[in-house]
Amino acid sequence: MIELSPEDQRRADGRDGALLQFMQRLVNQAALAFGADRLIDVSFAHIDACHFNGQAHRDFARWLVNEGARFDRVPTWTNTLPVSLLNNHSRAKADPDFVARAREVGEIYAQLGCEPVYTCAPYQLPDGPQRGDHIVGSESNAVAFYNAVVGAKTLKYGDFLDVACALTGRAPFAGLHTEQGRAGSLIFDVSKALHHRPIDETFYHLLGALLGRRAGSQVPVVLGMEGVRPSPDNLKALCAAGAATGGLAHFHIVGVTQDAATLGQALNPNQQPAEVIDLGEEDFAETFTALSPIRSGPVSMVALGTPHFSPAEFEQLADQLKDRQIAPNTAVLVSTSRFVGEIAREAGHLEVLARAGVEVLFDTCTYFSPAVTAASGTVMTNSAKWAFYAPGMLPVSVAFGSLEDCVESAVRGEVTCRT
Amino acid sequence: MPHLSPITPHLILCPGEAQGQVLALSEPVSFWGGFDPNTGAILENGHPQQGLSLKGKFVLMERGKGSSGTPAGVTESIRIGSGPAGIILLEPDANIATGALVARQLYGLSCPVLVLTAAHFAAASRATTLIFREDRLVVEEAG
Repeated sequence: MIELSPEDQRRADGRDGALLQFMQRLVNQAALAFGADRLIDVSFAHIDACHFNGQAHRDFARWLVNEGARFDRVPTWTNTLPVSLLNNHSRAKADPDFVARAREVGEIYAQLGCEPVYTCAPYQLPDGPQRGDHIVGSESNAVAFYNAVVGAKTLKYGDFLDVACALTGRAPFAGLHTEQGRAGSLIFDVSKALHHRPIDETFYHLLGALLGRRAGSQVPVVLGMEGVRPSPDNLKALCAAGAATGGLAHFHIVGVTQDAATLGQALNPNQQPAEVIDLGEEDFAETFTALSPIRSGPVSMVALGTPHFSPAEFEQLADQLKDRQIAPNTAVLVSTSRFVGEIAREAGHLEVLARAGVEVLFDTCTYFSPAVTAASGTVMTNSAKWAFYAPGMLPVSVAFGSLEDCVESAVRGEVTCRT
Repeated sequence: MPHLSPITPHLILCPGEAQGQVLALSEPVSFWGGFDPNTGAILENGHPQQGLSLKGKFVLMERGKGSSGTPAGVTESIRIGSGPAGIILLEPDANIATGALVARQLYGLSCPVLVLTAAHFAAASRATTLIFREDRLVVEEAG
């Protein structure tokens, strides 16, 4: 039995209308499924239901409009869309009907009071959730980032349930919302691998992919990186890779992430000491090879910004491409949010990139956007998430490398791997 | 056809009525990416039952699988009429429940989502046909 507050009960009884009655029902049934015995207040939501992928998404959004839904209970931000609302042109033959529907759905959520940020990296924007906040996350990399890096608390909420939680301001008190559910239960020691390998940009992607594959639904704890200071972009990469290759929704790096100052703090004191698994150089090398089957030959496209490019990444890219030119048969696409795009524009980076021949794509991501579905041949990326997903969604082969390698490859038009 | 006594589900995550031939999946399917909502076919590479269709079947799978897109995949397949008649789980899954509840609300279409105890789940897996009516599951086995 789930304990409902008087307000939950009001909604469940239909006294606040049919819309909220249904939304409360979705939350209650989710609580039943998650094994929660009560609901909690949430203070923020990042929803994925805006991401059109079939008629049901549009019917649901239109139903919200007809029922007079307003996202005024908690700040509610939107995830990426399958198409851009800002870039009108498209390099491929996008189905105009699909584009129109996807835009309609994206716009509806803005009209209903959501913050139209359209980003998979909402944690790059100001005024988001803080440590300790109970929130609603949906996009998988953001769920991991909010839990582990920000220290906010969220389950991974699916489409429609994210909307239900946002409109009621309530969520099931279960799993990663609870102290017990957030405790680490599996330890990975990377000390041995670090004898052979520097902690560079690529390292975080590979570590994420390894955690995703090996941790299952457990919360992994990483040992051996005490005192290391990863950048937010490093942690973004780790979260994205782990959530793509497995179901990584939370993790601890001892001495690095929130709630993991010591190993003891990261683990549940009431449970048996967790098993320790050594990750060696061979694990990292093998993961790299699987993500990057191509190491030479012409490059048709370089895909950057999965998850969305940050201000720091724009600065790095503009530095590396200043007064240089992308090879004539190679396209470079960078996905980002309109908010970060504006920062990059003000800093002058977009101008540098445009001169070099880089195309910037807002609100969406290259691996599912109709803007690039005509891509073929070899695509190079600095994102393990892109490298993992794209071969299943686009007819391409993938080379994976650092941002610097991506830039060199783009300028030469040939896969170039130095790092 | 021998009948067992009707089963009362451990949990009813989405109510409704359904009747269908049993399709017991040996591994979970992701309703987002691993499944074609237009045809009901299992697409997932390497899935032991790849190519089989869930359309109109009473699908048994131990647990859910997949991403935030799962509810939409479930709703879309029910809307099109290519989805399962009903879904039976051993471990509760909020995404599958959400997808079926939304289809019921938007389209008035029924796809009950039930959670059974291990013993009942095993019994239902061996059945040829399942009927869910008035919150009870009737199991029909091959004669």
